[in-house]
Amino acid sequence: MSILVIAEHNNLDLHKPTLNTVTAALALGDDVDILVAGANCGKVAEQAAQIAKIRKVLLADHAAYEHQLAENVAKLIATVGKSYSHILAPAGTQGKNTLPRVAALLDVDQLSDVIRIDSPDTFARPIYAGNAIATVQSSAAIKVMTIRATNFDAVATNGNAPIETLDDTFSTSNATFIKEEIAESDRPELTVADVVISGGRGMASGENFEMLYTLADKLNAAVGASRAAVDAGFVPNDMQVGQTGKIVAPNLYIAVGISGAIQHLAGMKDSKVIVAINKDEEAPIFQVADYGLVADLFEVVPQLENLV
Amino acid sequence: MKVLVAVKRVIDYNVKVRVKPDHSDVDLNNVKMAINPFCEIAVEEAVRLKEKGVASEIIVVSIGPKEAQEQIRTALALGADRGLLIQTEEMPSSLGVAKLLKAVVDEEQPQLIILGKQSIDTDNNQTGQMLAALTDYPQGAFASSVEVEGDHINVAREIDGGLQTLKLSLPAVITADLRLNEPRYASLPNIMKAKRKPLDTKTPADLGVTLNNTLKTVKVEPPAERQAGIKVASVEELVDKLKNEAKVI
Repeated sequence: MSILVIAEHNNLDLHKPTLNTVTAALALGDDVDILVAGANCGKVAEQAAQIAKIRKVLLADHAAYEHQLAENVAKLIATVGKSYSHILAPAGTQGKNTLPRVAALLDVDQLSDVIRIDSPDTFARPIYAGNAIATVQSSAAIKVMTIRATNFDAVATNGNAPIETLDDTFSTSNATFIKEEIAESDRPELTVADVVISGGRGMASGENFEMLYTLADKLNAAVGASRAAVDAGFVPNDMQVGQTGKIVAPNLYIAVGISGAIQHLAGMKDSKVIVAINKDEEAPIFQVADYGLVADLFEVVPQLENLV
Repeated sequence: MKVLVAVKRVIDYNVKVRVKPDHSDVDLNNVKMAINPFCEIAVEEAVRLKEKGVASEIIVVSIGPKEAQEQIRTALALGADRGLLIQTEEMPSSLGVAKLLKAVVDEEQPQLIILGKQSIDTDNNQTGQMLAALTDYPQGAFASSVEVEGDHINVAREIDGGLQTLKLSLPAVITADLRLNEPRYASLPNIMKAKRKPLDTKTPADLGVTLNNTLKTVKVEPPAERQAGIKVASVEELVDKLKNEAKVI
């Protein structure tokens, strides 16, 4: 077994899901290499070299890889990855964008969002938005997989692996980068936040979400919403947590004015601790909540803000 | 410009999924089926391009059992021009689907191929990217806006934390994310009209594609059930529990 882990990064910092993915890789075998592809990303390679128990870091530093264009990066990964038994990437948007392209170039089936490793060829992954868990055995020559980081611990970063530079350059003229707009929020991002506060139809308006933002800032939380709140036009679609929105699994999920439709539960029920605040005590959300508070949210959210 | 849209027949997103007692799969008997929500967004985008005069013809293709004709008819009712069912009882892997679509692309030579970013049954999120690799076309995965400008398109893509805009030369592959558009409802006259639109059926063999799924489902289990917890009487009690019992704040 030799495993290639694709680092997720922004050319400046190694993103944490890479550390969780290395833990998954170490469950497959001892020979784990990390590929850092980017531009002027030497700092990322140095951070990756500190990951414990890895064999080496492969650094492909070229302008063609600056924005992680799948057309270029997939060819690099497929070329480098040919000699490995497994190719793993965190199941963020970078990995999801690139890895299927790698798998097709290598003519192998891919596994997405792996949450458990049973053996080097048998894995568990959620299907139907986590309403069922499939155990899948792969006979593919190279196992290409994205890893759901929230299901694996982060590996330690007290190592000192060698960095090897790669010269392979793949550059296409078919796709060019125009711009990137990263939301300038001090709040953490929904899918990686430790605490998520979501509002539902019970919030009654978009303005009332201000209450949740204020509370979120005190808890260093991200703010999400149910599909009902999105459909009602309270908040934009990218805040939606649920089967057709974002899947989250924070340490603490606070559902405010959310009834708990199946479609919403599918996106948050893997959270460690769930709090539900709803004035309807029959709301299905209480069936999955660790702590339920039957109350008017407009009274208790400000109280909560004062107490935390 | 010819646009190809792929749609998948899946369990309706409002249906509660149940695992079969023998853990072989989820139970799809007598369950309401529908067009995959992301595929519906893909169809809507193609129809809007046609309404803008950018697309000249929309071909909708589905891979699946005979009944998947229903989902093709739904897409035709939304505004697609003709349908193609690649009939197969055994659902291929994402790579298999991508290979079948590649064969259709070779025949039809569309300039733009739009798919949903993932299906809500297998949740793979692979097919569009794989098709882009097999055709060596550029890809705009998780698209939240698409603008056609002559021989290229500008695609805004949903990435972790924000949006990335790419310029792709045509032909290209797009996968639709939630924000791309809100699909319309098919009107009754359009549903009637869709019944008369052409719908062709082929097999994987007709397209010269041999399917070889290397992924074997060993078992399917329900996720660990969450136990309902306790009701707290006040915000004070809630904060106390979160601090001292759950230790999450």
